[in-house]
Amino acid sequence: MNFLVASLCMFFAGGLACLATTGRPHLTRWVGSSVALIGGALALVPTCMVLGGRVLTGLHLHWSMPFGSIALDMDALSAVFSTPILIIVMLAAVYGTEYLRPFEGKKNLAQSWFFYNLLAGSMLLVVVARNGMLFLLAWEIMSLASFFLVTFENEEESVREAGWIYLVATHIGTAFLLVLFVLLGRDNSTLDFSSFAASPGFAGIAFLLALVGFGTKAGFMPMHVWLPEAHPAAPSHVSAVMSGVMIKTGIYGLVRILTFLGSPPPWWGWLLVSVGAISGILGVLFALAQHDLKRLLAYHSVENMGIITMGLGIGLLGMSYQSPVVAFLGFAGSFLHVMNHALFKSLLFLSAGSVIHGSGTRDIDHMGGLLKRMPVTGLVFLLGSVAICGLPPLNGFVSEFMIYLGSLTSVAGNMRLPIAGIVAALVVAGSLALIGGLAVACFTKAFGIMFLGEARSTHAAHVHESGLAMRLPMAVLAAACIIIGVSGPFWMQLLGPAIAVATGVATDTQIYPTFAAHALWMMTLLAVAGIGLVGLLTFVRSRLLSARSVTREPTWDCGYASSTPRMQYTASSFAEPVTRMFNVFLRTRRRFSAPTTYFPTSSSFSTETRDLFHESLFRPAFTMTHRFLSRIHWLQHGRLNLYILSMIAALLVLLVWKLG
Amino acid sequence: MNTFFVSLLPVLLGLVLAPLLLGVIHRTKAVFAGRHGSPLLQAYSDLAKLLRKGAVYSRTTTWVFRAAPVIGLASVVSVMVLLPITGNSAPLSFVGDLIVFIYVLGLMRFFTVVAALDTGSSFEGMGASREVHFSALAEPAIVVGLVALASATGFLSLSGIFSAMSPTTWVVAGPALALVLAALFIVFLAENSRIPIDDPNTHLELTMIHEVMILDYSGPDLALVLYAAALKLWVLGALIVNVALSPLGLNGIRGVGLFVAGMLVLAVIVGCVESMMARSSFLKVPRLLVTAIALSGIAFMLIVRFTA
Repeated sequence: MNFLVASLCMFFAGGLACLATTGRPHLTRWVGSSVALIGGALALVPTCMVLGGRVLTGLHLHWSMPFGSIALDMDALSAVFSTPILIIVMLAAVYGTEYLRPFEGKKNLAQSWFFYNLLAGSMLLVVVARNGMLFLLAWEIMSLASFFLVTFENEEESVREAGWIYLVATHIGTAFLLVLFVLLGRDNSTLDFSSFAASPGFAGIAFLLALVGFGTKAGFMPMHVWLPEAHPAAPSHVSAVMSGVMIKTGIYGLVRILTFLGSPPPWWGWLLVSVGAISGILGVLFALAQHDLKRLLAYHSVENMGIITMGLGIGLLGMSYQSPVVAFLGFAGSFLHVMNHALFKSLLFLSAGSVIHGSGTRDIDHMGGLLKRMPVTGLVFLLGSVAICGLPPLNGFVSEFMIYLGSLTSVAGNMRLPIAGIVAALVVAGSLALIGGLAVACFTKAFGIMFLGEARSTHAAHVHESGLAMRLPMAVLAAACIIIGVSGPFWMQLLGPAIAVATGVATDTQIYPTFAAHALWMMTLLAVAGIGLVGLLTFVRSRLLSARSVTREPTWDCGYASSTPRMQYTASSFAEPVTRMFNVFLRTRRRFSAPTTYFPTSSSFSTETRDLFHESLFRPAFTMTHRFLSRIHWLQHGRLNLYILSMIAALLVLLVWKLG
Repeated sequence: MNTFFVSLLPVLLGLVLAPLLLGVIHRTKAVFAGRHGSPLLQAYSDLAKLLRKGAVYSRTTTWVFRAAPVIGLASVVSVMVLLPITGNSAPLSFVGDLIVFIYVLGLMRFFTVVAALDTGSSFEGMGASREVHFSALAEPAIVVGLVALASATGFLSLSGIFSAMSPTTWVVAGPALALVLAALFIVFLAENSRIPIDDPNTHLELTMIHEVMILDYSGPDLALVLYAAALKLWVLGALIVNVALSPLGLNGIRGVGLFVAGMLVLAVIVGCVESMMARSSFLKVPRLLVTAIALSGIAFMLIVRFTA
């Protein structure tokens, strides 16, 4: 616990130290990143101890804040969520030292590093806080710190707009959380988690409040609208932290609240499965329609949060129908996907940052052929793509496989659930399959169009590989994706205690599905054999070709000898068949000026896919609110004396009401 | 250990016999067209010839292009280990192996597609685009279909499912199994790029998926690609044949014999379909695949409702 407190102090105090280095960019870089590294390393000590099976005693101090107390604890559930937070924060800090270098002297980087460390510390505090007041405070620091990080390039109109959308969305979420905590703690004089218990009638309402409040942060559809705005606007190492780990605090909050609500009725599981399936399928579809690399990745976060939520849904259904094995598999898949998504999504955002750093554009359609000039970035982006598509032998498959197993065991065999559970499980299996197929479409597009083929513009033709400080974190993340991919059983074992916390059973009575461990071992075997086979076949081919003519010619284009890079398929054309099929959701806008006369001089075509919910739910809703509220706009006249008068009047009314 | 090697025999059977299916399909089509047709073993001679040649690579391509055939073949060989053969368990069998089966084939597809994009040819880009579109729809159809089979038999591995399917299963859930069979057949045609989804014979028209993606391969690489495609035909066909032959309740060597006969019959059926149908418009293919998803879904509903 001392390490934890030290780490929190490091993040917060060290963050302030960054501010003190304003004006000396070289020093800022060193202080900012080393604070993140030291803070992360300090907190990793208790995290690893807890993951290793040790039980730590919590900290409980008095705090003058009403209902508040400084209650900190690190249990297995907190450890599972803080591990990715710390690792990604540390790696992204290393990356940031180089990524932010072009801005040195132009922007106030001290401020950026201050908010970065504040964000890191607050995320850690969110997962270890054991008091409602402290939790909300940390939650709010997290939201504000990330808001300031998102608006780093605030001289751009689009960035300011993205920042506002994020600020509004996150506060709407916090409003729900405030109600939730008041509801949970209203029978007690304190908001300590240990005293939380939902009275039976309120459990359902509390669950819904948590789903909306935490779901806004986690990016569940339709509350996801801030993600595709904020992630592209932020600097890439911040996007990696936000998309990779910050949105997971939403999942953590939801799971933590569920532990206070007692045994879940089946409709909770059903609701989570539905929310997950909708977020997953629509997330990947919207991703497919994007040309902006970081927007595409942001929508994929929505998709992956959907997968995680489906896993939670299966877990809850398992609890509702008293099937510990199904519950275990659902939560295990979900938690492991939290870790995996943190790894591969950060990897993808960091490599996207490397591409943007090198080429100066985010538009996929302007790239092409980058692999030849950026071999390391290209390789790690490919690995990240395979992982996020959930393909073996990388880590994404292991966690999706566990969710599949949870759904399969609910459907068939001696542990099958009642019929409502079976249908939910089928929804999960079918959605995962569709999401998997569409994700392959999306990432073959992203990797294939960006890194392969010929350069489509001068941006792409003049890229350069990033330096060591950017390549190293990416390489570490890629290696982690491979290692988790071939060591599945170990991770399932490791997650056991966290699942016990989430399902509310004692660790020693937990049912550990040995058949799943066996399956994961067999998969490891298969993966190793497959990799061996790849090596063997490569060797055989090189032997076959060693003494023969191997020539390099232009790509065969059906005898048409002078093809140009502009004739290549683009990302938009690649995705068009799918986006047209699902146009009912996507509503892609096309602007097309056709070539007219016999000797056409110009023609153009462009598409834009805006967010369905942003355009047809939130924009009308906010316009209506604005119209309504503008009627009382006369109150906002700017005269301070009248404001004070109205405050005194309000206080008087309250006083009379309370006394009378 | 000895039994393990015996159980590897079906894998060897597939590795040896897969190219024969192509010969049977071609011969069937030739008979329909009133031609002599190429020899049944033509595919073997093609492979042998390609393996003896040098290679021509596009200047645009990178190592991804050369990695794809190797990864593809390794993937499809890996899934063969999970494949049971009429009443005989697969060498490797575990709970959920059906998901691994589908996803490893997904890995093969991923690399075929990126390799096609690696050439920078708009032509191959088109094929790649169609491939990912159609397979995204084929994937739910096969997953739901296999989950339906798992639900009907109560087993969660391919070997378990197919060894538990007996004449009684057909009596209880016959209509549902027939629907799954139909869905699997559609997926089989789509994944292997056969008519009515794709025409494997037209090398130089804008109508293709798989053939166009591999246009720039030559020599040993092309041999690997063609062999992997033949094996994919074999493994997906094996699912259909396993379901179709399950009412006979055979096992052992008789099961294997009948299985091979079943695969040849399946090849003849594919030949008949290709001779009697035209390739359908690309805009209509998704409807066919959505039909397959619907068939699997209905089968699942029937099984859950009437056999639970």
